[in-house]
Amino acid sequence: MDLGSALQYLISGLTVGSTYGLTALGFTIIFNATRVINFAQGEFVMLGGMLAVFFAGFFNFGLFPAIVLAVACTTLVGVCMERVAIRPVQGANVINIIIITIGVSIFIRGVVMIFLGKDTFALPPFFGTEALYFLGATIIPQSIWILLITMLVLLGLRTFFNNTIFGKAMLACSFEQKAAHLVGISVDRMVMLSFAISAMVGSIGGVILAPVTLTSYDVGIMLGLKGFASCILGGLGNPFGAAAGGLIIGVLESFGAGYVSSAFKDAFAFIILLVILFFKPSGIFGRADIERV
Amino acid sequence: MEGRKGVISLAVFILAAAGFPWILTNEYYISILILSGITAIGVVGLNLLLGFAGQISLGHAAFFGISAYTSAILTTNYGFPVLAGVIIGIILSALVAFLIGIPALKLKALSLAMATLGFGLIVYIFLNETITLTGGPSGFVGIPRFNVLGYEFYSDLAYYYLVAGALTLVIIISLNLINSRTGRALKAIHSSENAARVMGINVFRFKLFVFVLSAVFAAMAGGLYAHYLSFVAPSSFGFHASLQLIVMAILGGMSSVWGGVIGALFLTSMPEFLRMYEELETILYGLILILCMMFMPQGLVGGLSRLSGYIADKLFKRRLK
Repeated sequence: MDLGSALQYLISGLTVGSTYGLTALGFTIIFNATRVINFAQGEFVMLGGMLAVFFAGFFNFGLFPAIVLAVACTTLVGVCMERVAIRPVQGANVINIIIITIGVSIFIRGVVMIFLGKDTFALPPFFGTEALYFLGATIIPQSIWILLITMLVLLGLRTFFNNTIFGKAMLACSFEQKAAHLVGISVDRMVMLSFAISAMVGSIGGVILAPVTLTSYDVGIMLGLKGFASCILGGLGNPFGAAAGGLIIGVLESFGAGYVSSAFKDAFAFIILLVILFFKPSGIFGRADIERV
Repeated sequence: MEGRKGVISLAVFILAAAGFPWILTNEYYISILILSGITAIGVVGLNLLLGFAGQISLGHAAFFGISAYTSAILTTNYGFPVLAGVIIGIILSALVAFLIGIPALKLKALSLAMATLGFGLIVYIFLNETITLTGGPSGFVGIPRFNVLGYEFYSDLAYYYLVAGALTLVIIISLNLINSRTGRALKAIHSSENAARVMGINVFRFKLFVFVLSAVFAAMAGGLYAHYLSFVAPSSFGFHASLQLIVMAILGGMSSVWGGVIGALFLTSMPEFLRMYEELETILYGLILILCMMFMPQGLVGGLSRLSGYIADKLFKRRLK
């Protein structure tokens, strides 16, 4: 194993892992607010990439306005989803709400398929196409952008949860909704906010990855699954554990593809995940659950 | 069986199943019914696990796939009799379910969902990548029709009765199971594992039992599927298929064996009718799913029984007064 290729695998793993991490972050934020796993999370990621391509290509907006617009639209989709499909069934069985999110994901995929077609699209890289060489590894500038933007998003969320009144209110809701309600927090509004933030974070994940891996109307399924795997791996309920879980899955996958077999790269990540689950059911960064009888 | 009501529903089901081919004489409808019946066998099994024992499996299509491929390979490449192939497929699926169940069923809720999901994906990837054995993504062709002791179920009508018979058997086993000691133990586990444990129920053994049983049903369906279509491809056994099974169980109604049957019939036949809307098919499918869950939280069975209760109320109230 030479250093150059190991470094190469590490970087490409972190690049893809960033998007998994951001997807997982979205899962966690909605889970904390509603105890529901939102199966439409992968579609938010897909929407981010596809809408950016659409706004950049069809309207000639220039890349950055297109990206901002794509993220804003996806956030709006998240809010609408909560308002139309989730809030009316408040208090229903969790598993019913999960089926509703599956329905929403199929619906979104169908709409995108009709309006944007079944083709695969590429988004141009953000800045620079000149690859950098470092210790025998080739680094495309987009990788650096991806890591940078992911770090910024994480930092932003951390500040949001620790230092703003809305962030603190959301945390309160995730601990105990009734108590939050009693101190005057509008739980409804916090749930809506959680969908907005998840959709936003997910779409950012989709936008930054689109120049590297291409995008199409059905990329959301696999990205959603990897994101779900990441947040279980990191310990469900812990947003930053989820982000770390995403990076770990990305890196494992990349090393698996490089050293074992690229055909089995997805299987490789899931086998490791199963082994970890069987030995530490609460995930790497999760605390063991103490169940009240 | 749950007393008179159970016997009546079973009789109605058998009559309806026997009568369908007379009403729907079109070959195309028969083939949809066959596929619905095959799926229903798997969904009824999954419902025992999900609705009664409260354990989720997001990788159930893998058991379909293991059995379908095992039987396909043994009968086509090695000249095994079809019945032997199917039985070996079922045994292999049960064995895999047993081995996966031991570590996986110790997990709770979403971790269990993830573990079974991961297992399903691993099986799917192996079916795709072991090309010399399975034919890879393009599928495995030339599987013989189902036959027993020299009788080949060649016509679709004969195959329909075979599937209907198998489904009836699975329903009878399930109905009996639910109202037995085991069934009550499973319901107790669903409400509270700790309370069940306190009453002396061996929680883990019952969970493992129902997991393996549901895998056996899924494997039965897999064998019938492979020897009906004479072609299998990994895409029928991936994540989407597993999700589809779960959706059928929940949409049909988790609290009853019939929910699985109705859910499978509804969701297998609906896309065929939506096909005329072409492009809009996916959107309508998603929309129907959302609306059904929003307005019929108890599933189709719950919705139907509420409707029939309402009608009965309207009809008989006046007479009572």
